[in-house]
Amino acid sequence: MDVSFSPEEEAFRKEVQDFIAETLPKLGKTSRRDFTTKEEFLAWHKALYARGWVAPHWPKQYGGAGWTVTQRYIFNEETAKAETPQTLPFGLSMVGPVIFTYGNEEQKKKFLPRILSGEDWWCQGYSEPGAGSDLASLKTRAVLEGDHYVVNGQKTWTTLAQFADWIFCLVRTNPDVKSQEGITFLLIDMKTPGITVKPIITMEGGHEVNEVFFDNVKVPIENRIGEENKGWTYAKFLLVNERSGIAGVSRSKKNIERLKEIASAETVDGKPLVSTDEFARKIAEVEIDLAALEYTELRTLAEEAKGRFAGPQSSILKIKGTEIQQRITELIVEAIGYYAYPNERGFGDNEYPPGPDYAVGEAGVYFNWRKASIYGGSNEIQHNIIAKAVLGL
Amino acid sequence: MDFSYTEEQTLLRNSVSKFLADNYDFESFKKISRSETGWKKENWTQFAELGLLAAPLPEEFGGLGGGAFETQIVMEDFGRALVVEPFAGTVVVGGGFLKHGGSAAQKEEWLGKIAAGETVLAFAFAEAQGRFNYADLATTAKKSGSGYVLNGKKAVVIGAPWADHLIVTARTGGSQREDQGVSVFLVPKSAKGVSTRDYATVDGLRASEVTFENVDVPAANLIGAEGNGLPLIERVTDEAIAAHSAEATGAMKVLLDATVEYSKTRKQFGVPIGKFQVLQHRMVDMFMNYEQSQSVTLMVTLKLEAEETERKKAASAAKVQIGKAGRFVGQSAVQIHGGMGMTDELNVGHYFKRLTMLDTLYGNVDHHLKRYAALS
Repeated sequence: MDVSFSPEEEAFRKEVQDFIAETLPKLGKTSRRDFTTKEEFLAWHKALYARGWVAPHWPKQYGGAGWTVTQRYIFNEETAKAETPQTLPFGLSMVGPVIFTYGNEEQKKKFLPRILSGEDWWCQGYSEPGAGSDLASLKTRAVLEGDHYVVNGQKTWTTLAQFADWIFCLVRTNPDVKSQEGITFLLIDMKTPGITVKPIITMEGGHEVNEVFFDNVKVPIENRIGEENKGWTYAKFLLVNERSGIAGVSRSKKNIERLKEIASAETVDGKPLVSTDEFARKIAEVEIDLAALEYTELRTLAEEAKGRFAGPQSSILKIKGTEIQQRITELIVEAIGYYAYPNERGFGDNEYPPGPDYAVGEAGVYFNWRKASIYGGSNEIQHNIIAKAVLGL
Repeated sequence: MDFSYTEEQTLLRNSVSKFLADNYDFESFKKISRSETGWKKENWTQFAELGLLAAPLPEEFGGLGGGAFETQIVMEDFGRALVVEPFAGTVVVGGGFLKHGGSAAQKEEWLGKIAAGETVLAFAFAEAQGRFNYADLATTAKKSGSGYVLNGKKAVVIGAPWADHLIVTARTGGSQREDQGVSVFLVPKSAKGVSTRDYATVDGLRASEVTFENVDVPAANLIGAEGNGLPLIERVTDEAIAAHSAEATGAMKVLLDATVEYSKTRKQFGVPIGKFQVLQHRMVDMFMNYEQSQSVTLMVTLKLEAEETERKKAASAAKVQIGKAGRFVGQSAVQIHGGMGMTDELNVGHYFKRLTMLDTLYGNVDHHLKRYAALS
C-alpha cells in the first residue's frame, strides 16, 4: 500500500501551481462567483486549452492530456486550492467522450477540436417536464423524414443553454417499445430554426437553467450518434463516465477553510465563533466526513487506475459529496449571522452590500446549492442505485 | 383542558384569513416585495381598519385588549401568506417595549398611534460584533444636559426603511457586554444625525444599516429605567420569538400541504411519487416537525406571562424546535419538489428562504440551546 506521491508527481504538482500562478491574474477576476459571462467562463477554458490541459481525461489521440488518475487528482486539488474557475462538463466530460467512443470519424473530426478549443459551447438536453428521475420516460419526439429528423418537444433544467451553440439531446424515435429501447442520441445546432430558449430563474435570483423548446426542428441524420434507438446505451455511458471530481472533495476542502476563516472573524461575546465548543464541533464533524470521503474517492481512483471501473458504487461519491457541500454552505450562513440577510442582487455593480466582504452572497449560495441533491440523478435515485446494483436488494 | 379560541379570537382569525385570501396570494407577495418600496402602505391602513394592529394592545390605550394569542393568530396567518408588512416589528416589539417599559405619557401617545396604524416602528439592536448578545453594544448614549447623545451603528434593522421611529438599544453605562448599563430609546428616524442605508433582504423583506452620529435624544424618549434595559429587551424579544414561531409554523404548514399535494400528482416510473416509501417517511417527518412546532408555539405563547426563568426557557425551547423544524421542512419541501422546488416561480423556495432567516432572527438554534441549558 502506498498513498504518497512520486517525485514525478510532485514535479507535476509544481508545474500546475506555476501555471495557475501565471494564468489566474491574467483572467482579471479571481473570485469563484465573479464569473458570470460567457467570455469569463471561457477565459480559463482557453488558457487550459493553450497549455494542452483542457481535457485531462481524454485520450491523447483526440487532443486530451492523457493524464493518469493521480495527475488528475493533483490537478483538481491545486485548482480548487487556488479557487480557479472550472471548465464546464457538458462538452468536455459529457458529449466529448460519447463522441470519441460512439461517434463516427466525421463526427469526431467535426466536433472534438471545437469542444477542446471552446469554440462550441454545449448544453445537455436530457430532463423534460415529465421526465426527471424517470429519465427514460422522455417524450421529445424525433421522426425521420428523408435525410433528417424532425424534432418536437421540450427539454428543461438545461444549464447555461443561454450561451450554447449546440445541445446533445435524448429524443424518442420509437414510442411503441419499452421506453429505454426507443431513444436516440442527437446533436442539435442551437441556431436551427424552431428552437426557443426560455430562462428559469432559481430561488436565489440566478439564471443558470432554462427551458428549451423544439418546434419542427430539422436535424440532419449525420448528427445522430451511433444507431437509432440505441441512445440509452450512450446516455448511460455518459452518466457514469466522468466520476473523477464528482465528489468535489478539493473544492469542499477549500470551502471548509473559508468556513474556518469566517468563523474566526465572527465573534461571540468577544471571542471568535470558531473557538466555541458547539461551532468547533460542527466544523470538525463536516471535516471528518470529508476526510472519509477523500479516502473513499482515492480508493475509487486506485481501482480506476487498474482499469477496474467502480460503477454503481460511485453513487456514494455523489451522495456524500453533495451532502458535505450543502452542509458547508449551511454552516457558512450560520457563522455569518445577521449579515446573511442583505440580498446582494439588489446592489449595483459599483455598490458593495453592507457587512463583511465574506458574507456577500452566501445565503444565495446556500439556497442555490440545494440543487446539488436534486441534479445529476437525485440523491434518492442514487440510493436506489446502490440498493439495487451494489447490495442486490 | 381546552385549547380552543374564544369567539372574539375566532372572529379575528376569520377576518385575517379573509383579508389575506382577498389581497395576499403568492403573486401579490412577489409584486409587493419587489415593488420599489417593498411593502404596501394600503395594507397597513387596512390592518388598522380591521383592528389587527389594535388586537393585542391594551384597551385603555386604544387597543382591543387582547394579548399573545391575538398576536399568534395574526402571525400564523401572516406566515402562511409570507406577509412583509412589519406587524411584529411595530406591534409586537414596538408595542411590547411601550406596554412593558413605557411611561404613562409614552403609552398614551404611542400605543394609540400603533393601534390606529399611524406609526411604523423598527427595532435597532444588532451590531456587527455582538452576534446574538443584546448587551454586546458599542452604541453609546451619553448624558448631556437633560437628554442623551447617541453614537453608533446598528446592523440589519428589519423593517427600518418603512419605519418613522426606531427603538434603539445603547449603552448608558457599564462596560461592553455587561448586563447593567443597557438602555432603550425611541428615536425618530428624521432626527438630525440619523442616517440609513436601505436594502432588500434575501427573504423578501427590507432592512437598513443605521448610523447615529451625535443624535440628540430627549430624556422623555428613554423607555424604561436607564441602565436597566436588558430584562425589558429579553421580555419583549421573547414575545417576538413567540410571534415569529407562529409565523414559522404557518409557513411550515404551507410547505407541508404543498409537498404532500405535489407528491400525489407528480408521476415518475408510472406512479405518483408519493407512493415511494422513502418520500412518505420524509413527509411524515415533515408533518411531525410541523406538529411539534405548533405545540412549542402554543407553549411559549401560554408562558409569556409566567415567571421570568420559565418564560425564557419556553422562548428558547421554541426557538430551538422551530429553527430545526424550519430547516428540515424547508429543505425537504425543496428536495421533494425536485427542480420545481428550486425555482423563483414556485412558492416553495420563498417559504424556505423565510424559514431559513427566521432561524437567525433573535438568535439561532445554538444560541438558544445554550441559553436554555444555562437556565436549567
